[in-house]
Amino acid sequence: MIGVEHYVVVSSILFVLGVLGIFINRKNVIVILMSIELILLAVNINLVAFSAFLHDLTGQIFAMFVLTVAAGEAAVGLAILVIYYRGRGTIAVDDVNQMKG
Amino acid sequence: MIHVIAFYLFAVLTIASGAVTILARNPVHSVLWLILAFFNAAGLMVLTGAEFIAMLLVIVYVGAVAVLFLFVVMMLDIDFASLRAGFVRYFPFGALVAIVLLAEIVLGIGAYRAGALELGSPDGTAATPAGASNIEAVGGLLYSRYLFLFEAAGIVLLVAMIGAIVLTHRQRTDTRGQNIRKQNMRRPGDATVNVKPEVGKGVQL
Repeated sequence: MIGVEHYVVVSSILFVLGVLGIFINRKNVIVILMSIELILLAVNINLVAFSAFLHDLTGQIFAMFVLTVAAGEAAVGLAILVIYYRGRGTIAVDDVNQMKG
Repeated sequence: MIHVIAFYLFAVLTIASGAVTILARNPVHSVLWLILAFFNAAGLMVLTGAEFIAMLLVIVYVGAVAVLFLFVVMMLDIDFASLRAGFVRYFPFGALVAIVLLAEIVLGIGAYRAGALELGSPDGTAATPAGASNIEAVGGLLYSRYLFLFEAAGIVLLVAMIGAIVLTHRQRTDTRGQNIRKQNMRRPGDATVNVKPEVGKGVQL
């Protein structure tokens, strides 16, 4: 039988994959944003699994708010990416510290 | 039995497509694998009985966020090969951090299984009412107990939308846009002129 631990293991592996993605794609902001989406997806799986196994819907409501924040974060992040690309012609983030003003 | 098979299918596919997402060379492929990961995560949520969140995941993530990613990846003309420099250099450290993190989380789950952690029990105020479907129960809760939080989520989305528009909007000078005020101010008298040319002379426009 599938218990809550199975879901927690899946979500923790997904979370760690997201963190690893941020580390190994340090220059590519698009993949970093995708890794953040993976992390938030792992959090959502965790919240929904606990909500289902505790028979309490609060977790699902909170997962919806996480989804909202993830959507807003993706929109603003990609907007920043577009103006960064417009100004520099590249999206390598390791020279962001050369920006002035 | 079918439940167990479905769980392992969705779990393995979610993790595998998540791994390919971060390892793929081409960001377009990354986005497509991310979509697959979202679909399988939605399947996992259907298995737990959270249909509403699962559908929301498909609609919001696959329908909006992933398409937004795809759009940006394809719109910007980026040399992705140069962005992969340092991949090998960062990999050992990243893998080390990931393994340590995973070990800590698995240790936590082990402690929970051994009975060392007490999750507590819900007070029952947010339980699914008898006979109600998941979407009915979530809707009832969302529009009563969490109404103000729901409104706050709307404000978050509004601020994100305005922020994205303000950030990316620019006044372009190299294009000739429509000036609606100028068009509305235009009168026939300004635009047309009556002339009575002599025969054979032509008109000066």
